[in-house]
Amino acid sequence: MSILVIAEHDNQELKSSTLNVVTAAQALGSEIDILVAGSDCSSVAESATKIPSINKVLMADSEAYKNCLAENVGSLIGKIGTNYTHILAAATSNGKNCLPRAAALLDVAQISDISAVVSEDTFERPIYAGNCIATVQSSDSIKVITVRTTSFDSSESEGGTASVETISENTDLGVSSFVKEEVAESDRPELTSADIVISGGRGMQNGDNFSLLEGIADKLGAAIGASRAAVDSGFVPNDMQVGQTGKIVAPNLYIAVGISGAIQHLAGMKDSKVIVAINKDEEAPIFQIADYGLVADLFEALPELESKL
Amino acid sequence: MKVLVPVKRVVDYNVKVKAKSDETGVDLANAKMSLNPFCEIAIEEAVRLKEAGKAEEVIAVSVGTSASQEQLRTSLALGADRAILVETEIEVEPLGVAKILKEVVNKENPDLIILGKQAIDDDSNQTGQMLASLLGIAQGTFASEVNISEGSVEVTREIDGGLQTVKLNLPAIVTTDLRLNEPRYASLPNIMKAKKKPLETITTDDLGVDASPRLTTVKVANPPEREAGVKVESVDELVDKLKNEAKVIS
Ligand SMILES: Cc1cc2nc3c(=O)[nH]c(=O)nc-3n(C[C@H](O)[C@H](O)[C@H](O)COP(=O)(O)OP(=O)(O)OC[C@H]3O[C@@H](n4cnc5c(N)ncnc54)[C@H](O)[C@@H]3O)c2cc1C
Ligand SMILES: Nc1ncnc2c1ncn2[C@@H]1O[C@H](COP(=O)(O)O)[C@@H](O)[C@H]1O
Repeated sequence: MSILVIAEHDNQELKSSTLNVVTAAQALGSEIDILVAGSDCSSVAESATKIPSINKVLMADSEAYKNCLAENVGSLIGKIGTNYTHILAAATSNGKNCLPRAAALLDVAQISDISAVVSEDTFERPIYAGNCIATVQSSDSIKVITVRTTSFDSSESEGGTASVETISENTDLGVSSFVKEEVAESDRPELTSADIVISGGRGMQNGDNFSLLEGIADKLGAAIGASRAAVDSGFVPNDMQVGQTGKIVAPNLYIAVGISGAIQHLAGMKDSKVIVAINKDEEAPIFQIADYGLVADLFEALPELESKL
Repeated sequence: MKVLVPVKRVVDYNVKVKAKSDETGVDLANAKMSLNPFCEIAIEEAVRLKEAGKAEEVIAVSVGTSASQEQLRTSLALGADRAILVETEIEVEPLGVAKILKEVVNKENPDLIILGKQAIDDDSNQTGQMLASLLGIAQGTFASEVNISEGSVEVTREIDGGLQTVKLNLPAIVTTDLRLNEPRYASLPNIMKAKKKPLETITTDDLGVDASPRLTTVKVANPPEREAGVKVESVDELVDKLKNEAKVIS
């Protein structure tokens, strides 16, 4: 068995989601290589060598991989993937974008968003917005898998001594190009790996009112999320959406404010350890899964909560 | 320009699905079925391109049982010009769907193929990417904006950190995200008109594709239930519980 983990990075830093994928890979076997495909990405490869128990780090350094264009990175993975029995990436926007292309080139199924490894060919994954958990067995010779990062702990990131092997394969399909990126800078912890998340929904009424959540997030060191309704209404940007079709989070504490608790929202947060709901409607479905429910007007409850933390 | 829109029949997004008691699958008996919401967005985008004079024809295609005719009729009522059902009794996985769609693309030669980013039943989020890969063409996944120009398309994508814009050579694949547009409702006259629009049925054998599954579903279970919590009376009580009972804040 030989396993390839696709590193998630921005050409400078290795992203922590890679460490969750390594843990999933370790549940499969011990021969693990990591692929770092990027441009001027040697610092990322360097960090990857320090992950304990990694066999080797493959570095593909080319302008073609700079912005993780799926056409190029997908075909690179498709080419080198034939050497492996398992290929794993995080179920991030990059992983979801690139990995199915590789699977199609290898003529194998992709198993999306696994939440558990049962055996080397059998995996659990949530379906129907997490309302059911399917156990699926693959008959393909290569298993291509995206990993739900919140379902696997982080592996260690220091202590390893893997070597870096440069691969010269340069697959530029020449059909797509990067134009621009608008990425919000934030001092807050990342939504998908934060210990505490506080999310606002349509009940917040507008974007300015999210400042009521910010005060609390500052005191708790929390990340801020949102429901689809809050994003669709333009209160906050798309990358804050938690749910079936947004980000999956599973913090120690999730505080849902002015969120009704639709199935699609629950799909993204119901594995949180402790759930708090603040909603003025005592019938709101969110209370059915909340450990602590506070029936209150958020415009009164939030300032009071901030002052008492 | 010709636009192809693959659409999937799925359980309605309002249905709370449960596993069958023998854990062999999901219990869909009598469940309301609908057009996958992301496919609705895909049809809407294609129809808007037509209305803007940028596309001449919008073709909806679905892979599934004859029941999928219903969702193809819905697509026609929303403004697609004609529909193709690739009829099959087996449950086709995304790779198989992509292989079938590849053959349809080779027959129809569309300039743009718009799919949903994910089907809300299996939540796979693969088919568009796989089809693009099999065709060796570019993809703009999770699109919140699509701008067509001569020979290329600019797609703004919803990514983890925010938004990214890519430029793709045509023909290309686009997969829709929630903010791309707000789909219209089909009007009664358009529902009536849709009944007369052409709907062609072909089979996977006609296309010569082997779409047999690679995965076996060993079991389908309900996730562990969360234990019912408590209501607190005040912010003070909430803070106290979080500190001293749950111990998640200090
Ligand atoms: C294909 C598809 C995908 C989807 N994906 C997602 C997803 O990923 N994530 C997601 O979140 N949703 C998703 N949805 C949408 C989902 O179905 C719901 O529409 C959405 O979650 C509702 O958001 P909300 O709870 O903020 O708004 P609402 O349902 O309108 O609830 C607002 C809540 O705020 C409360 N409230 C109002 N004012 C106050 C006040 N002053 N104080 C206290 N409480 C107040 C109300 O009582 C109400 O419960 C998806 C839907 C579809 C069809
Ligand atoms: N059986 C199918 N027939 C037609 N299109 C499909 C089918 N399955 C998936 N698709 C398309 O692929 C998208 C993503 O589906 P999936 O990869 O299964 O999450 C859907 O929104 C459809 O546009």
